[in-house]
Amino acid sequence: MLRRALARYPNTAACLGMALGLLILGWIEIVQPGGFDFSDITGGLVTLDTMVRIGILSIVLVGLNLLMGYAGQISLGQAAFYGMGAYASAILTARYSLLGIPVAIAQSWWWPWLAILFGMIAAGGLAYLIGRPILNLRGHYLAMATLGLGIMFYILFRENLGVPGDHITGAFDGITAVPRLRIGGFDLWPISRYYFVVWTVALICLTLALNIVNSRTGRALRAIHGSERASQAAGVDIAHHKVQALVVSAVFASLAGSLYAHFQAAVSPKPFDFAGSLELVVMSAVGGMASIWGAPFGVGVILILKEVLRSGLRQVLRGASGEHEIVFYGVLLVVIMVFMPEGILVWTSAQLKELRGRRAVLPPGLERSP
Amino acid sequence: MSFTALRSPRAWLGPLSVLALIAVVFFLGERMNFGPQQYMQLILDGLRGGTIYALIAMGFVTVFNVTGIINFAQGAFVMLGAMLAVSIYDSSLPLMPAAKLVVAVIGGIAGTTLIGMLLERLTIYPARHSSPLTLIIITVGAYISMQGLALIAWGAKPYVLPAFTTLDIADKTFRIGGVVLKAQSLWIWGTTALVLVGLAYFFERTLTGKALRACAINKRGARLMGISVNRMSLLAFALAAALGAIGGIVVAPTTRPTYDMGLVLGLKGFVAAIIGGLVSSPGAVIGGLLLGILENLAAGVTRSGMKDIYSFIVLILVLLYRPQGILRAGRKPVEAG
Repeated sequence: MLRRALARYPNTAACLGMALGLLILGWIEIVQPGGFDFSDITGGLVTLDTMVRIGILSIVLVGLNLLMGYAGQISLGQAAFYGMGAYASAILTARYSLLGIPVAIAQSWWWPWLAILFGMIAAGGLAYLIGRPILNLRGHYLAMATLGLGIMFYILFRENLGVPGDHITGAFDGITAVPRLRIGGFDLWPISRYYFVVWTVALICLTLALNIVNSRTGRALRAIHGSERASQAAGVDIAHHKVQALVVSAVFASLAGSLYAHFQAAVSPKPFDFAGSLELVVMSAVGGMASIWGAPFGVGVILILKEVLRSGLRQVLRGASGEHEIVFYGVLLVVIMVFMPEGILVWTSAQLKELRGRRAVLPPGLERSP
Repeated sequence: MSFTALRSPRAWLGPLSVLALIAVVFFLGERMNFGPQQYMQLILDGLRGGTIYALIAMGFVTVFNVTGIINFAQGAFVMLGAMLAVSIYDSSLPLMPAAKLVVAVIGGIAGTTLIGMLLERLTIYPARHSSPLTLIIITVGAYISMQGLALIAWGAKPYVLPAFTTLDIADKTFRIGGVVLKAQSLWIWGTTALVLVGLAYFFERTLTGKALRACAINKRGARLMGISVNRMSLLAFALAAALGAIGGIVVAPTTRPTYDMGLVLGLKGFVAAIIGGLVSSPGAVIGGLLLGILENLAAGVTRSGMKDIYSFIVLILVLLYRPQGILRAGRKPVEAG
């Protein structure tokens, strides 16, 4: 009975499985059965810190995959929306005196949550303003506009939003002393508590995205990716659906940015530069753009690889810094896009299906033309 | 432009925002007590930077026209040209400094061109049947790889290529009515003018150039005429790499080349190409010069750290109001791919 139900609803089953796995990981961290710490199991490679990061970036990636994989629009500046969320939260909660917000409000437990909401509305609004006129055009104009947007926002964060001095964003050093989140009197910190917060939000976003993909909007998006003209002829409002995808991805990115700010308790401009946006694209390519489940997978692979490279590269290359890992990113991106543009996860499952004698079905837009 | 076009608000918004921008520049300049000399200096320096953007933009246009790809690896060619030239110049070749510089320039351009061709064969050619989205991401990956390899080869420190006139770090300068002009600027403008004449000759008068143009106009038609589109794609990348390398080498004495110089230069060249409409070489040149002047003026009257932001504001404004570029009258933008 249960098996049949799970087979009928594979996404629900996967969601439940993932939640169960994450619960077990969290339980191990808190209870430490048999004296085992969470990081002991993975030999110190994956810590709870890494898991929280994977959760946060998964939220960004779910939105980005909706935009790139389903609506077929490249975003080379997703870090701008991610940064907007982070800076909105940081400025509103740590620099509230500048904005003339009374201490009583700024110190209350609900204020940071309101700041998160504010960041999401701002990012979504900006995406709508930019997206509406540009997505009316055909071709990959969004790639160019988002690229400009990403670099613009990085410079704004770095240059104190263009205002003289550096009292708002703190220039290169960023903003410190961002408070942790809490609900009423209940602190959502230490990290073992925050882990559950982040992954709950991430799973909600995943579920939302899965529902979007399997709804009327999702079908419309896939139709657009397949052929804009044909879907237009079938009565799909192309620009409207593309803007929807862009706004959803911006809102998700901003939400993740806010969670990141409260996780680090500080923000600095570095993670939101062009390289940051590129890293998101690499993660998306690795996990498979047209796959919602590829999002956490891609983030996990890249973040864990990063840890391995960081320790491994030092032994191979004397004096190697963190920057050297970008060679690897570049080569990985090229190889994946040349040989398996549908991403590792989808490619592997397609390969397996082929082995079992079924015809591989590629997501629309990524299949090769003859 | 007809009168009906003038009546639509969209037609007015573009020129109006340009006027507003100029007014803001003058207002901010007034507060800093700028005279005509300061403006001239800013414009002159802007023209120097703009010429480099123009060279890079032409690389974007060439590749886009022939293959329909926006080649984000273009910036890497700029960096490679400069870095290879510096390496050859700093090597222990038993030559006079002047002769060594010539060898360095030729070596830098030739080396970069080879790398450009290799790049096309290794990454674009195997994936030539993929969607444009995939191809664009591949060029992004190629850029990251090349920048990373440059970091391993040359490290993160800035290098020095001497000025062409003095063969020294200190360049010869001319003073004309209080405005300072570096001799290297003349080299940059002279080289670009030569390249433009050479390209015009190549595209108009040679069979290969005409074949390249045929590919840009209609790929299938060109193939039916017996033109190998694959070979033209290779040639377009070689040409783009050479253009980028030339830009990188002539600009090297005025900046300190580093492994990551290609990113910002490449992106601004791309903005210049968009201003020009992405399909036209003269448009790319005009776009580059305009962008150089505009960003230098804007940066001159505000925070200097904000310099890089203006080109991207321009990019978004152009995409919003004139996606077909500033030259063409039509409303229909180009289609990528």
